[in-house]
Amino acid sequence: MRTTVSNDKDYRGNVHELSRNIMTDWMGQLKDATQNPVPSAYLMISGNCVEILRCFDILPVFPEINALQLAIRKNSLPYIIKSEEIGYASDNCAYVKADIGFTMCGGVGKEGTIPKPSIIVCNFVGCNVYIKWFEHCAQMMDVPMIMLDIPFLREDAPSKADIAYVVCQLRELITRCEELTGKKFDIDRLREILRYSARAEDGWSRAKELCKNRPTPYDAYFDSINMMGPINALRGTKEAADFFDATVKEYEKMVADGIGVLDDERFRVVFEGPPPYPYYRNFRNLFEAWGAVSVQSTYSTVGGTWEFGFRHDADHPLETIAEQMIVHNLCNRSMLERYKQIRTYVEDWSADALVIHSIKSCRLFSAGQGDMREYFTKELGIPTLMVESDLEDPRYYAEAQMKNRIDAFFESLQYKRLRQGEEAART
Amino acid sequence: MKYAAGIDVGSTQTKAVAIDSARAIVARALIDTGANVVRAGQRALDELLATAEIKREDVGFVVGTGYGRYKIEAGDTQVTEISCHARGAQMLFPNTRTVIDMGGQDTKAIKIGPEGDVLDFCMNDKCAAGTGRFLAGAAEVLGLTLDEIGEISMTGTKPIRLTSVCTVFVESDILSHLAQKKKVEDILAGVHQAIAARTIGLVRRVGMDPEMTFTGGVARNIGMIRSLEASLGQSLNVSPDAHFCGALGAALFAMDHVLANYKPDIPVGAEPTVWVDE
Repeated sequence: MRTTVSNDKDYRGNVHELSRNIMTDWMGQLKDATQNPVPSAYLMISGNCVEILRCFDILPVFPEINALQLAIRKNSLPYIIKSEEIGYASDNCAYVKADIGFTMCGGVGKEGTIPKPSIIVCNFVGCNVYIKWFEHCAQMMDVPMIMLDIPFLREDAPSKADIAYVVCQLRELITRCEELTGKKFDIDRLREILRYSARAEDGWSRAKELCKNRPTPYDAYFDSINMMGPINALRGTKEAADFFDATVKEYEKMVADGIGVLDDERFRVVFEGPPPYPYYRNFRNLFEAWGAVSVQSTYSTVGGTWEFGFRHDADHPLETIAEQMIVHNLCNRSMLERYKQIRTYVEDWSADALVIHSIKSCRLFSAGQGDMREYFTKELGIPTLMVESDLEDPRYYAEAQMKNRIDAFFESLQYKRLRQGEEAART
Repeated sequence: MKYAAGIDVGSTQTKAVAIDSARAIVARALIDTGANVVRAGQRALDELLATAEIKREDVGFVVGTGYGRYKIEAGDTQVTEISCHARGAQMLFPNTRTVIDMGGQDTKAIKIGPEGDVLDFCMNDKCAAGTGRFLAGAAEVLGLTLDEIGEISMTGTKPIRLTSVCTVFVESDILSHLAQKKKVEDILAGVHQAIAARTIGLVRRVGMDPEMTFTGGVARNIGMIRSLEASLGQSLNVSPDAHFCGALGAALFAMDHVLANYKPDIPVGAEPTVWVDE
C-alpha cells in the first residue's frame, strides 16, 4: 500500500546540465573577479536592468542569488545568526541577513567567492527592507550606490510619465556606467543585447507553455530554478538565448514522446511564493509522494512575467527596459494583478489546486496571502493549501507539521476525485 | 466477525478504537504517549484488544493517525488526523459540516461534506497558542488539574483580559493577575475566552456552517465548550467519544479496507525515510 519516492527521481536531463554549466561559468567569473577586479555591480533580481550593465561589460552580481545558494547548500543559518548578533531582528528578511552575515565573514572580497562590487545599483524599491539591504552593503563596503526610483504599477498599464520618469533615471545610470568603465554608451550594442534578451524570454515562455501538456515535461516550480538563473542573471547573453533554444527543444521532445517529470502525474498544482530553499528536496518529496506536480508558479516569474507576452524591444531600448522594470516585475504588481495571474495559471494550465507557500521573514510578499487563500477557495472554488516556512531560514521549517498539512490536503483531493468517479459510474 | 482498529498517536495521549463490521464501537483505549511513540502505538493496540476481548488476527486492518502515525508498527497504513476527525465526526453526528478539533498542540477547523469528506481546513501556526497545551500551562500555574479548570471557569463573572495567548508567556501573565488579587475563576474564564477567540479566527477561515462538532481532548472541558458556543453564537455537538474521534475516523478508514467497498488508491504520503537531503 505504501509508495516510496526515490530521491533521484527529479528531472536531471540536459536542461539541468546546461543550466549548471552556464551558471557555473558565471560564478567562475565572479570568483576570478575577486582576485583580478573588473567593473562589477550589485543588482536585484526583480525587474532588473542587467542589459544596461552588460552593455558596458560590467559584471552583474546578485546578492539574492548569493543568499539562495547559501540556503540550498544548507549554509545559511550561521550567517543569519551572525547578522542577528549585530542587531538584525529575528523576523527581518532572512535573505538580507544571510547575505550581510556572509559579507561580514569575508564571503565578499578577496578571500571570498563574490567580488566587492564597483557600484551598487538598487533597481527595485518596492521593498523598503531591500533598500536598506543595499544601503547597508554600500556602507559596509564603502561602495558608491545609485538608487533608481521605480513607481508601483498602480493601474493595468504604466502611464507615459511613469515610463519617461524611469527612462530619465536610466540615462543617469548610463552616465555613471560610462564614468565607471571609461566606455562610451553604444546604443547598437544595447539593441543587440536586447535581442538576446527577447530570444531568451521567448524560449522561457514556450517552455512554460509546454507545461499545459499532460503529463507536464518538467515541474514549473521546482525545476524552474534551472531556467531562473539564465533568465534573470544571464539575460542579454548569447549563452542564455542558446540555453533557452535547447531547453525548448528538450521539453518539446519529452512532450512528443509523452514523457512527464513524474511517472504518474495525478495532481496538477500551481504554486505561489518562493520555495523553502534549505529543505528544497524534502519539500518537493512531500508533493511528489502524491503524484503532485507544479504546472505553473508565480515565484518563477519574480524577475519577469514573460509568459504574458512581454519581450524586450530592441527598437525602443530604454523604454522597453523601463516597462519591464515597472510592469513585468512580479513584486511591483498589485494584489489584484497577482490574483489574475494565478487564476490564469489555474485555468489555462488545467490545475487541480493552488498551493501557497508563505514566507515567514517576508511580509511584503506574504501579506495578503490569507485573503488570497479565501478568494481562491471561496470565490472560485479552487482547493487551496496554505503552508508557511521560510525561503532562507531553516528554523522556520517544521517537517512534521508541513507534511501533515500537505497529506491532509491531498487526501481530501483524492477523496473528492473518488467520489466524482463513483458519481460518474452511477450516471 | 471481522474488526478494524484506528490508533491516534497524539502529542500528549494515544487513543485507540476498535469497530465491528457494522461500524459500531466495540472498545476504546487511552494511554499517555510518553517518549516512546512506537511503544505507545503497540501498547494502545494491546490494551484495545484486551478490552474488546478479541485476538490480533481478528482485526483485519489497522490505520494509524496523529503525529506519531508513521511510528505505529502495527498499522497497515496511515491517514492524517484531519481526514480522520472529519470522518469520525460525521459518524458521531451525521449532519456535521464543521469540525473543531482541539488537541494537545493543534487546533483545527475542518469544513466537511455530507460524506465526511474534507472540503477545507485551517490549523494553528507552528505555535501552541490556543491549544490544549495552553490550558495545561494555565492549570499548572494555578495548581489545578485539567479536569477542574473547565467547571471553575464557568463561575467567573469578570473574565480577565490576557495580554498574550502565548503558551510560554501565559504563566507569567497569570502570575501577574494573581499578584493583583484577581479571582482564580475570573482568570480561568479569561483563559478560556482567549482560546475561544483564537479558535473562532480559524473557524471563520473555513466558514461557520452548522452543525458544528467539537472533537479532541479539550472537548472534555465543559468550560471550553460553553466559551466556544458563546463566541460562535451556536451550540456545538459534543460526543462522549469526542476524545476518540480521530481514532474512530482511523478505524472507519480501516473498516473500508476490511469491507473492500472503498479501497482508496492513496499512497498515503511519503514515508519519513525518504526525507533525505541532497
